[in-house]
Amino acid sequence: MKSPLAALSLTTALVFPGLAVAAPVTFATTLNNYGGDGAYLALYLTDASGSYAGTLWLAGGKSKYYDSLSGWYRATGGDPAQIDGITGASVGAGRTLEITLDLADALFDAGYVLHVDATAEDMRDSPDDVAVPLTSEGAGQPVPGRRYVATLQYDR
Amino acid sequence: MLRALHRWPGLAGLVLVTLLALSGAALSVFPAIEHLAAPQAASTLSVGELATRVQQNYPGVEQIRRAPSGRITAYWFEGGIPGAAVIDPATGAGVAPADASASERWLVNLHRQLFAGDTGRLVMAAGAGFMLLLSVSGAVLVARRMGGWRNWFGHARGGTAARLHVELGRVAVVGLVLSSLTALWMTASTFGLLPDEARLPRYPAVTSGETGMAPDHIAALAALPVAGLHDLGFPDPNDPADAFTLRTGRGAGYLDQGTGEVLAWADAPALARVSDTVTMLHTGRGAAVLGLALGLAALSVPALGLSGFVLWLAAWRARPRIRGNAAAGRAGTIIVVGSESGSTWGFAATLHRALRDAGQIVHVAPMSAFDPARYGAARQILILAATYGDGAAPAPARGFLERLGRATALPDVPVAVLGFGDRSFPAFCAFADAVAQALVANGWTMLLPPDQVDRQSPQDFARWGRALGERLGFALDLVHQPVRPATHELTLVSRRDYGAEVQAPAAILRFAVPRAGLWQRLRGRGFPRFQAGDLLAVLPAGSPVPRLYSLASARGDGFVEIVVRKHPGGLCSGQLVALAPGDSIRAFIRPNPGFHAAGGRAPLILIGAGSGIAPLAGFIRANARKRKVHLFFGLRDRGSDFLFAGELAGWQHEGRLARLTIATSRGAHPHHVQDALRAEAAQVLAMIRTGARVMVCGGRGMAAGVADALADILAPAGLTPALLKAEGRYVEDIF
Repeated sequence: MKSPLAALSLTTALVFPGLAVAAPVTFATTLNNYGGDGAYLALYLTDASGSYAGTLWLAGGKSKYYDSLSGWYRATGGDPAQIDGITGASVGAGRTLEITLDLADALFDAGYVLHVDATAEDMRDSPDDVAVPLTSEGAGQPVPGRRYVATLQYDR
Repeated sequence: MLRALHRWPGLAGLVLVTLLALSGAALSVFPAIEHLAAPQAASTLSVGELATRVQQNYPGVEQIRRAPSGRITAYWFEGGIPGAAVIDPATGAGVAPADASASERWLVNLHRQLFAGDTGRLVMAAGAGFMLLLSVSGAVLVARRMGGWRNWFGHARGGTAARLHVELGRVAVVGLVLSSLTALWMTASTFGLLPDEARLPRYPAVTSGETGMAPDHIAALAALPVAGLHDLGFPDPNDPADAFTLRTGRGAGYLDQGTGEVLAWADAPALARVSDTVTMLHTGRGAAVLGLALGLAALSVPALGLSGFVLWLAAWRARPRIRGNAAAGRAGTIIVVGSESGSTWGFAATLHRALRDAGQIVHVAPMSAFDPARYGAARQILILAATYGDGAAPAPARGFLERLGRATALPDVPVAVLGFGDRSFPAFCAFADAVAQALVANGWTMLLPPDQVDRQSPQDFARWGRALGERLGFALDLVHQPVRPATHELTLVSRRDYGAEVQAPAAILRFAVPRAGLWQRLRGRGFPRFQAGDLLAVLPAGSPVPRLYSLASARGDGFVEIVVRKHPGGLCSGQLVALAPGDSIRAFIRPNPGFHAAGGRAPLILIGAGSGIAPLAGFIRANARKRKVHLFFGLRDRGSDFLFAGELAGWQHEGRLARLTIATSRGAHPHHVQDALRAEAAQVLAMIRTGARVMVCGGRGMAAGVADALADILAPAGLTPALLKAEGRYVEDIF
């Protein structure tokens, strides 16, 4: 799932010093066979102080269920401006969500943390199913999730 | 119009609506199972107490949820491993696995979205829309058929498929309307078209910074009964900025994990509660019995669909096929057809074909499409009009007279009217007569005097065709073979012979009612219901023209009984009187509603001679309610052709027959039924004054004699046979 709009939105949402240098980064989120309907996923960043920095992707079509992505919803209040142009379909059990974004180099090794919140109908809410710092060394290393996510991996 | 609103969505949505209903019916059992299986919370239990109990069992608990069925589920992490269970609220311990069964999830996905996401949801919503349309149009059609909403549960008539369709539909319709309306509401809610979203407020910027308050000490949770809970999210005890997340039927908000204070709260919109109720009504979650009832109603849908399809198929097969119909504006001859059944359309097709063969350009249209303004090239208009029952216009022709009144007459385009009807009805071809009168009154000229076709007579039709051809200046030979209903094979069970000694051999023939399978009956191919007075149309070997015999029995008697008198040289009667038990004939039932005894307590005066006794004997046989019946029976010799002699004596003994008057035409005092009537004039008049109905069955001469005698008997009272006929109190079945 490549989206030029996503990169645009992110670069306009996040204002960083020395943003000039950006490169494509691919995020691959593979789900477990958790035995349920398609999962809603929110991929977002917090900065070194733990404050919300921006959303990378929101998988899941119906906004009425977004407050079950509880960490993301707390950070944004469900603000539609945060996800304008960076939403897609929910992700089935066992499937992989792959997104590629132009991400500023300044976001790496600077204390930014990538969070994945997940939920599925009639199943638990799973805020911070994955929470992993964005680092140069971490790139290419699969990270296990807690409930819905089997692994998450980002590649620069 | 309404029928089309029922028929086309029914055909278009047959598979979809059936799928929707069957999956819904299968799903309806889950809430009941869940309600029985899930331990229910005591009504006094608070959310705070429940949360504390769960936390004691599962220290890593993250969320507890209450389903509308009362089932409580907890989700936790233990050593990094996620866990979930259905909770017994009394102990806070898990008692069953939490996740829905794969089969239930599969069914939900099928029922809700055909495994096709939002597209599937819209398709299924369309299915619900079809179901609603079918339910509402079906209900109006049932009310119309039953003669008003008050007779909703009245006696359903018709073939097996028609009765099944009505009887199932009128019970199931309430559930189907409820299911489809709530389904459409839920779809609108899912697509965010309704302002019914109960959303969490913005997360508070500041918390107390404290942690560790037990849920049962938090006032908002201690005061909330479990029944009001939707879900409760537990905070991370290591993060003082985290808080309890609470959702209830009234709203949603955050509670401080150190002080229990309500940090933020948003009330649910009023529509959220409506949507909760709608969801409960549709799914049965929280109303398991209702859910099962809706499931049962949904189970009727396949049967409704199948019987409806069978009804449509039968009508479609019987539809007229007009090949090469010219455009209205181009045609020199316009044929206008007003008919409820296909039979008149069959005549129209024959007429169309014959005129085309004669080089004419012909347009055929139903009366509902009658529009003289479009008939630019017309040289003549031919109207074929059927009449039903007591002179009513057939359904497709209703409003025709009004349309005729509004239309501008084309004085240069003469019109011919041909009526189709049944001479045994009091108002024979009354609608056609009304059409002819209206035409003249509105300034149209007549091509031919109005004419009639009795009981689909090919001879009547051919005669009219010759007259029409003469008028138009070419030979018009109308050879119409009416479409015969499917025949049944009837096997003779027994026969009783009379009259040989008086040179009038006659026999009472009793046939078995043919048996039919369910599929045949569903398709309307079973042997139909019949009652005394209806006709058995027998097809003799060697002739395509059926001969009609009055029935002396009803379906309920379990046999088909007729009386046959042997005519010298008669093809059919000859074959019938030669039958031996075990032999069979081909025949079908032709309903004859104008000659039924009808219900009510009014006395009956039955007058019959010879084999005309048959339907009258049937009326008496069926008179279990012992209404007063006086039978006048004309025969030749008591010792020879006294048909039903033994039975009549028995029926008199049982009270089914009040009085029997015999008139014998041979012997010392020759005597006919009309003479017997005159002899008992006072008695007859007294009965007629109390509302008696006169029913006459026999030959033409005898019927004329009876009419004369009755005229004399009625005159002193200022009554006439015509007056009684108009009231439907004097009916004849003449052969």
